[in-house]
Amino acid sequence: MSTIETAKPAEKKRDRYSAGVMEYRKMGYWQPDYEPKATDVIAVFRITPQDGVDAIEASAAVAGESSTATWTVVWTDRLTASEKYRAKCYRVDPVPNAPGSWFAYIAYDLDLFEPGSIANLSASIIGNVFGFKPLKALRLEDMYLPVAYVKTFQGPATGIVVERERLDKFGRPLLGATVKPKLGLSGRNYGRVVYEALKGGLDFTKDDENINSQPFMHWRERFLYCMEAVNRAQAASGEIKGTYLNVTAATMEDMYERSEFAKELGSNIIMIDLVIGYTAIQSMAKWARKNDMILHLHRAGHSTYTRQKSHGVSFRVITKWMRLAGVDHIHAGTVVGKLEGDPYTTKGYYDLCREDFVPQNLAHGIFFDQPWASTNKLMPVASGGIHAGQMHQLIDLLGEDVVLQFGGGTIGHPMGIQAGATANRVALEAMIFARNEGRDILAEGPEILKAAAKNCTPLKQALDTWKDVTFNYSSTDTPDFVPQVTAAE
Amino acid sequence: MRITQGAFSFLPDLTDEQIAKQIQYAIDKGWAVNVEFTDDPHPRNTYWEMWGMPMFDVKDAAGVMFELNECRKTYAGRYYIRVSAFDPSHTWESLRLSFITDRPAEEPGFALDRQEVAGRNQRYTTRSYAASTKPEGARY
Repeated sequence: MSTIETAKPAEKKRDRYSAGVMEYRKMGYWQPDYEPKATDVIAVFRITPQDGVDAIEASAAVAGESSTATWTVVWTDRLTASEKYRAKCYRVDPVPNAPGSWFAYIAYDLDLFEPGSIANLSASIIGNVFGFKPLKALRLEDMYLPVAYVKTFQGPATGIVVERERLDKFGRPLLGATVKPKLGLSGRNYGRVVYEALKGGLDFTKDDENINSQPFMHWRERFLYCMEAVNRAQAASGEIKGTYLNVTAATMEDMYERSEFAKELGSNIIMIDLVIGYTAIQSMAKWARKNDMILHLHRAGHSTYTRQKSHGVSFRVITKWMRLAGVDHIHAGTVVGKLEGDPYTTKGYYDLCREDFVPQNLAHGIFFDQPWASTNKLMPVASGGIHAGQMHQLIDLLGEDVVLQFGGGTIGHPMGIQAGATANRVALEAMIFARNEGRDILAEGPEILKAAAKNCTPLKQALDTWKDVTFNYSSTDTPDFVPQVTAAE
Repeated sequence: MRITQGAFSFLPDLTDEQIAKQIQYAIDKGWAVNVEFTDDPHPRNTYWEMWGMPMFDVKDAAGVMFELNECRKTYAGRYYIRVSAFDPSHTWESLRLSFITDRPAEEPGFALDRQEVAGRNQRYTTRSYAASTKPEGARY
């Protein structure tokens, strides 16, 4: 028996404000007749109660613990408009094909949240409640963010449209690569990789998440050599190029110092890691807006709490928070690459990044209609174990407003980095060209690539090298409302 | 060197039939296509000269091809010519496709000028060999 079950008060009828412990459902946190207001924030949680704990009571407890409640009745509630501030669980549905777990829908009044603060929102919604004993596990699946709340955030500093205008690149995905090896290159050697990749045809190169300022390469060395490489490649191609300079550091002061240096050197883009925290991310987004800088976010660390379906926070919620917080790029999955990503769930993330209105779509894991009210579009980034031979699948799955990052698939090319970059660029342009001509790229993809490779030896070599590489493992985070599938064959 | 601005510069030069298909794709999306030209292809030269207005009401690629060919009569061989497609829909209101259709026979490209400043810092300038010394119209 759980604490909250055994804590049932003895008398049948007692006053709401009698001292002692009372079931959450009786304290106003369960209101099955409640109709959410247009300005309410709504969260849907997957709850797995301890054995013997009633689902409704557990759900009401989540509503209580994520809003006004504490474990016992407090008379000081009566000094407030407490009915307004109580979160209200209004619906509890069993999770399909998962006995013992439920989806609990909880509505929160807008006044519970500080405008424009992810830290404040998350402190309520994923605060203490995630350690609440009567639950075995708890997962925040999705949130509805009303326009009134969305409009209190800056949103992406630059956005897809202005990023494309600044880069002068329209009508095709952008191409990138993460410099490899991740660790150990000196500044001079690192810049060499950047130069070769950009000159060969990539639009961007990227620092990896854990490249900050280490003994083998301090950050100023990296920034100086990288900008030499960017400018050389720009002159060699007549195209705008960029490299994501990772400014992630121990303190905000350090991050601002690195960002200012990146700006001074003329970089058009900087990068941060998700692990710096929501407040630091929002600060960097403000800085980026003020300084005409594109802001790339690497989602380092997210899999610790997004991957398992039973407990944590869904990545679709993180995506929504990051679009509000104001980053311009976010890693959102590849489906076909080496990292976790079910195709339908991933489609849901991409829609949340790029659309101005995302309709409810349970098959994609989207529980609510989500209006974005003209918030800038967030560019999704596909990175991790992808190569030129998958170009047709990538474009079919991810569309054209995406950065495709081929790290190993550029640097690991048998004829060198420039050849690897050229192979990817030719494959990309050929596929978009064919799609626009009305060809069925998913069916004819390999043929289209083969034809393009006739004019491009590097592409032929890339296709020969990686033709059989796939990562077909089943995903752990899949929608609950459709049969599970794996990546496109 | 070959300037690789635009969506299809890594492919072999496009035939008119291929250009027309891309234009028809843009028209079918509801985008307005226009023709632009320049002899200053600096990567940050945003405003190429417009060959007339964007063709908001042209529904057939043949109409755009006619204008492209008219533009070529004056500028082919000495200028870069590109075709761009504008999407007026809410939250886009920008270009959705842009590609080079014509380029000068010789492309000398760009020099990278450096100015050594404080510390190890440098100020970089991308300078067009063709555009930096000669006036418009006499560059290629």
